[in-house]
Amino acid sequence: MENILSILVFFPLIAGLLGFVIDKDSIRSYGITVTTIEFFLSLWLWFSFDMNNAGMQFVEMLPIIPDMGISYYLGADGISLFIIIMTTLMTLIGMASMGETKNIKNMIISLLFLEMTMIGVFVSLDAIIFYLFWELSLVPMLYIIGAWGGPLRIYAAIKFFLYTFTGSLIMLVGMLFVAYTYHDLTGVWSFAITDWYALVLPVEYQLWLFGAFFIGFAIKVPMFPFHTWIPYAHGQAPTIGSVILAAVLLKMGTYGFVRFSLPMFPDAAVMAITPIAILSLIMVVYTAMIAYVQKDMKQVIAYSSVSHMGIIMLGLFAMNAEGLSGSVFQMLSHGIVSGALFMLVGMIYERRHTKQLSEFGGLAAVMPKYAIIFGIMLMASVGLPLTIGFVGEFLVLLGFYKVSPIMTIIAGTSIILGSVYMLRVMKLAFFGPLDNEENKKLKDLNSRETWSLIPLVAIVIWLGVYPKPVLEPIDNSVKALLVFMDEKAITQEAKDMIITAKSNKEAK
Amino acid sequence: MLEPINVSLESLNLITLTPMLIAIAGALIILVIDLINNKLHKSLYVMLTILILFIDFGSVLGLNVNERGFFDVMLIDGISIISQLMIIGGSMIFIPLALTSKRFHEYSYPEFFALFLFMIAGFQFMVATDNLILIFVGLETASLSLYTLIALHNRANSYEAAVKYFTMGALAAAFFAMGSAVVYALTGSVELYKVAEVMATRMNETGLMIAIYGSSVLLLVAFAFKLSLFPFHTWAPDVYEGASAPLAGYMSVVPKIAAFVVSIRIFGMYIDLGVEWIRITILVLAVITMTLANIMALVQDDVKRMLAYSSISHAGFIMAALALDTTEGNTSIFLYYALFMFTNLGAFAMLWISRHKTRRFNKRYDHPYEKFSGLIQIMPMGAVVMAIFMLSLAGVPPFSVFWGKIYVMQAAVNAGYVWLAVIMGLNSAIAAYYYLKLIVYMFLKDPEKNVDIVYYNMSKPLIVIIGFATVATVTAIFYVQPLLSYLYYMISASGY
Repeated sequence: MENILSILVFFPLIAGLLGFVIDKDSIRSYGITVTTIEFFLSLWLWFSFDMNNAGMQFVEMLPIIPDMGISYYLGADGISLFIIIMTTLMTLIGMASMGETKNIKNMIISLLFLEMTMIGVFVSLDAIIFYLFWELSLVPMLYIIGAWGGPLRIYAAIKFFLYTFTGSLIMLVGMLFVAYTYHDLTGVWSFAITDWYALVLPVEYQLWLFGAFFIGFAIKVPMFPFHTWIPYAHGQAPTIGSVILAAVLLKMGTYGFVRFSLPMFPDAAVMAITPIAILSLIMVVYTAMIAYVQKDMKQVIAYSSVSHMGIIMLGLFAMNAEGLSGSVFQMLSHGIVSGALFMLVGMIYERRHTKQLSEFGGLAAVMPKYAIIFGIMLMASVGLPLTIGFVGEFLVLLGFYKVSPIMTIIAGTSIILGSVYMLRVMKLAFFGPLDNEENKKLKDLNSRETWSLIPLVAIVIWLGVYPKPVLEPIDNSVKALLVFMDEKAITQEAKDMIITAKSNKEAK
Repeated sequence: MLEPINVSLESLNLITLTPMLIAIAGALIILVIDLINNKLHKSLYVMLTILILFIDFGSVLGLNVNERGFFDVMLIDGISIISQLMIIGGSMIFIPLALTSKRFHEYSYPEFFALFLFMIAGFQFMVATDNLILIFVGLETASLSLYTLIALHNRANSYEAAVKYFTMGALAAAFFAMGSAVVYALTGSVELYKVAEVMATRMNETGLMIAIYGSSVLLLVAFAFKLSLFPFHTWAPDVYEGASAPLAGYMSVVPKIAAFVVSIRIFGMYIDLGVEWIRITILVLAVITMTLANIMALVQDDVKRMLAYSSISHAGFIMAALALDTTEGNTSIFLYYALFMFTNLGAFAMLWISRHKTRRFNKRYDHPYEKFSGLIQIMPMGAVVMAIFMLSLAGVPPFSVFWGKIYVMQAAVNAGYVWLAVIMGLNSAIAAYYYLKLIVYMFLKDPEKNVDIVYYNMSKPLIVIIGFATVATVTAIFYVQPLLSYLYYMISASGY
């Protein structure tokens, strides 16, 4: 099946369309079945993936609008492979653990459409097709936040949509300009990213274009100071919305940096290291501080998720294999851990209809299973060794140490600050006296909830102990990317900054 | 003593006139049928109009590119053929919207259909000539018919709309006449190709530049009225509101195509002559038009007025492409309108089928946002279709208008106007808000109490038209390529 990527993209779409005729009572089973099949398809992708090939695999190309150079062009490499698997996994688990009952049919269909657009973003190698899926992903999310969210849901949904839409239109102009430059030099219209990679742009152009793409991606990540939409989105979104948003949608931004900004504008990327590192550090420290003072459990998780996105951004701009691989790995771990934490918060919210930390206390006594899983996820989020969170965070810090030790030390406080606010949640919610009458009657996790969380716990520990099967293909592609950036860079500073694997070995 | 004029029938090349003659003859046939039997149902006239338009369409397709005829007054070049095809195609989608399940006043008169065909003939004359006088005649034939069609809707505010449109149209006609007079005074000709020749030789004469610029400004004002560009756009929302919904949708597309063709001919000529001022003026007007109309659309309470401002903004968008004066820029105008036509007519048709005899939701407006609240619960299919039209208008891929937008923006970037592309992008972001507002009402709010059906006016022909518009909107990605290469070929063949 060489066209497995197309199947992965269109299977959820067709399933979503067919979902309209399924009876309301059976739709949940339908959704879970479909996403399970989709998950197995993505596993198939992994097994048929050639681990030694660092380039694009399963490439499909079909010209759609040749006059404009737009073609249906898909492919996956080590970087996108695991993000795709994480997407299908989180959609499956999010759907399985979902407690929504209102308008369940619309919800399942929206989720299937959303899954299509998310996978589409990660497999597109044509800028316009990428943009197409990127924009289309806003629509189901808008509906999910707006229809099932909290009291301020409509405001949150519109803010989410408009913020991202504005940023991506600026990015679109950037894309059009790259295509124009490509046409100017070669006489051919092309939006294929692999064609664009061959384009060596003057530094001035690179800076402008880097800026245009940066706006599009930074809003999605969300980088400070563009992060203001996310507290609303997370605060108002239903559990499933937050899970998908944190686990997958935010990764689109960081993935965009890896796929577009770094290889296309290496010189500009090197010049942007310091400003982006400063913004990322602000993200890490500032949002961690905000997380500490939150009274709402979900907001703590939301801000912690932004804080960890800062670590990912830092790793992307470390310009060496450790930092970049760590960053891509951190994308996966962040997806799984913050997704799981949002699910856990959602579960307690369904029971108590409140997320205020002051309402809880001593839950460990009545909900032992819940407390254990929450504890594991919390530790993973903090970055405790032998959990998935440690691997990525450690690699990122190691990689960035080569760029700036001082900044790395500041970023390292994320582990300390993270444990401070996370342990505060632990203390307030699970320990202490069980003095709230309503909490005494709480039931522990039921089997549906337990079984949707156990796979995540298993992954958290498995990849924490033995990350190699995932890390290796990522590392391959990242090294190829760095070698490519090094060759392409024009300025000497950029060449010095980008540390390729080869020079690494020499140093050793 | 005057020489008798010797004209051979062949040199007249009457074939260039046939499309318009078909429309006019069709209109006369409709009037004659009414004389013979005046009890015929509107469906007969609708179908007859479609058939006449079909013949008209075929005769346009059969024309050869780059021919002149009728004392060289008629000019059949690439843009005149594609614009005629679009005018006729748009009209063919529009006219079946008369077949509503409820009776509306205007369609009970066969004159409606006759006037409609006269109007199309007028538009066809407008685009198939480069003679300023014939442009004027075509423009007035079409406009006078259109005023009457608006007034036939037979409501207080449709009279208001017709009179407002008429007054503004008369003013525009006066500006056009004055502009043409100045052009004639400068060059001694009203044929644009001769005008261009003479002007090119006189460009360096001292003191003449101001007259050339003056003539272009007068003509620009005339077309700014027709294209509803700032600051001559104020009539548009009121007229759209007063006209019936399909006619409003029609007005936002077809007359504008005709006016754009003439604008390409006139202002393209000025820009080619090196009158940079006019390019700057058009760009400034276009940017202000799209921005201001977008901001105005944000605060509307009525969906129809919102769509009116949105189509003003889209016109501004396209006007900017005109100022680029590149083949791509001109192609983008036609591509944009070809794609926009389906979506916009579809959106107005959705308003049309929700039209009640009385204003049930608001004393002032027919289509307030509240009317559509919670539509997903009342009528899921209707809500989804309307949402697709809105997303398409907002420029969300892969729906049709996105491909037009991206082509316009690409043309702007290629012509070296990156800032223009950025402004277009930001404007699309502003526009997303008001389209989203309707989606929010339909999907995220609960229905107003005591609402039985929103789509009251639905009938099978209307469903077919809306279904067609939906399919055209959704599957645009598949037909953009052939459409684009055809348009590009036709436009570059006629030298624009």
